[in-house]
Amino acid sequence: MSSDARSAAMRKGTLASVSLLVIFLAAWQWGPDLLGIPTFIVPPLSMVAREFVHAWQFDHLLFHTAVTVGEVLAGFILGSLLGAVIGYLLGMSPTAEFALSPYILALQIAPKVAFAPLFILWMGFTVYPKILVAILIVFFPVMVNVLTAVRGVDPDLINLARSFKATRAQIFWKVEFPTSMPPMFAGLRIGSTLAVVGVVVGELVGGNQGLGYLLSFGEGQADTPMVFVSIVMLTLVGGIAYLGVIIAERHVLHYLPTRSDGQNL
Amino acid sequence: MASVAASSPLAVPVTRLEYRNVTMRFADRSGRGALTAIRNVSFSIRDGEVVSLIGPSGCGKSTLLNIGSGLTAPSEGAAFVDGERVAGPNAQVAFMLQKDLLLPWRTILENVMFGVEIQGVPLAERRQRAQRLLSSFNLAEFSGHYPHHLSGGMRQRVALARTLAVDPHVLLLDEPFSAVDAQTRMVLQRDLARTLKQAGKTALLITHDLSEAVTLSDRVLVMSQRPGTVIDEIVIDLPQRDDPIARRHLPKVNDYVERLMDRLDIVHAGLEQPAGGAP
Repeated sequence: MSSDARSAAMRKGTLASVSLLVIFLAAWQWGPDLLGIPTFIVPPLSMVAREFVHAWQFDHLLFHTAVTVGEVLAGFILGSLLGAVIGYLLGMSPTAEFALSPYILALQIAPKVAFAPLFILWMGFTVYPKILVAILIVFFPVMVNVLTAVRGVDPDLINLARSFKATRAQIFWKVEFPTSMPPMFAGLRIGSTLAVVGVVVGELVGGNQGLGYLLSFGEGQADTPMVFVSIVMLTLVGGIAYLGVIIAERHVLHYLPTRSDGQNL
Repeated sequence: MASVAASSPLAVPVTRLEYRNVTMRFADRSGRGALTAIRNVSFSIRDGEVVSLIGPSGCGKSTLLNIGSGLTAPSEGAAFVDGERVAGPNAQVAFMLQKDLLLPWRTILENVMFGVEIQGVPLAERRQRAQRLLSSFNLAEFSGHYPHHLSGGMRQRVALARTLAVDPHVLLLDEPFSAVDAQTRMVLQRDLARTLKQAGKTALLITHDLSEAVTLSDRVLVMSQRPGTVIDEIVIDLPQRDDPIARRHLPKVNDYVERLMDRLDIVHAGLEQPAGGAP
């Protein structure tokens, strides 16, 4: 595709995107009333906006958001680090992978969010069980991607390094680690959105802080607008986390040829 | 016999690379028996000599190359470089494959420096070496580019520069140009031939291209079907080893190619293989 055609396509795409947003917001504002849906089922946009201002002023919305953001960050960073380290270790030791793979698989199949009540039993109504759920849920996509990447390094590339008398550490830092970067970022992208899921489930199950708490509080009060506000804020938190990963990825993987397709997602 | 490569007739010919009774067995698919890939291969290559190795697919050519570079240990026998038994990768030998194996996250300059960087050559010196090599291959202007910006032929030239940057005595080349188009290949062959001659490097070249073997080499070794062993040695008694394009015009080239075809039994093999291409 020529750059002219591409920029024309992008202009059209942006226009369509913005139009869709306007249509969606309009449908949210006037649709429920037109369809006769009561406001406690689907509150219109203006009501949710008013609730947002109210929650900001009287319900410590900023504080709860900050708590959730902190938990998401901690869970995401620790979970990614753990996943990457284990992924590299297993990738370099086929024996360890063979021995551990059934257990890893079992842990991967087990729904991680189901551990939330258990962690709360162990650690109380603190931020730690939420972070732990996030760690557990972020761990897998990162580990699996790193493991697959290390396993998939071209053996000729490793032989090339060996022929120059590379040490094991040199092979890792100069060949294996950089090769694993693109798949690792694919894992981090998934992890960044999953971290929010883990934290919210933790907050829903127990505690009195965070957007998940606000969500269940709103539910208990039959305060549908507050539930909507919480969902919007959670989406925002997840979106920003995802965006952060994308920006880091563009920076780290700057050497890759730019793809015209799918680079927005 | 020494009429071709004797650029300095007074010097005693030094053996750079030698294979002595090399046999290689692999475990077969069931894991019980052993498959003999190479049987009792012996030959040696003098300093500055370029020798090609031809033979049918699966005759163990690449395995021989891995043994020479110290990446694989033979089942029996040994390879020697500069008289020393090869026990592992060593700085005197460098190899180059059909795949360029450039690292996509490194610039062209950094790719050329890959080997010398691993060997611990100081940054200033390795940068200088790499820049000099890139200039000599007319790639200086691309030193800051990433590999995906370059064509296949250019990438292969960068791979050659990376191989030469470590200043090895012996180059092991495994079908280095078989993945590039015919025109580019001729240019690359010329570049390689010139470089080898100017730097006085010793090389073992694996190829399927018989005219490549004839135009680039001082000698051609013919290997048999598996278990592979050297069945013939043909000395290419032609001038201009540093200019394969000029050499290609010599009428005797065709005679050598025909001889190699005979030795490889290509006509016969074509009839034997039921799935073998055009009638």
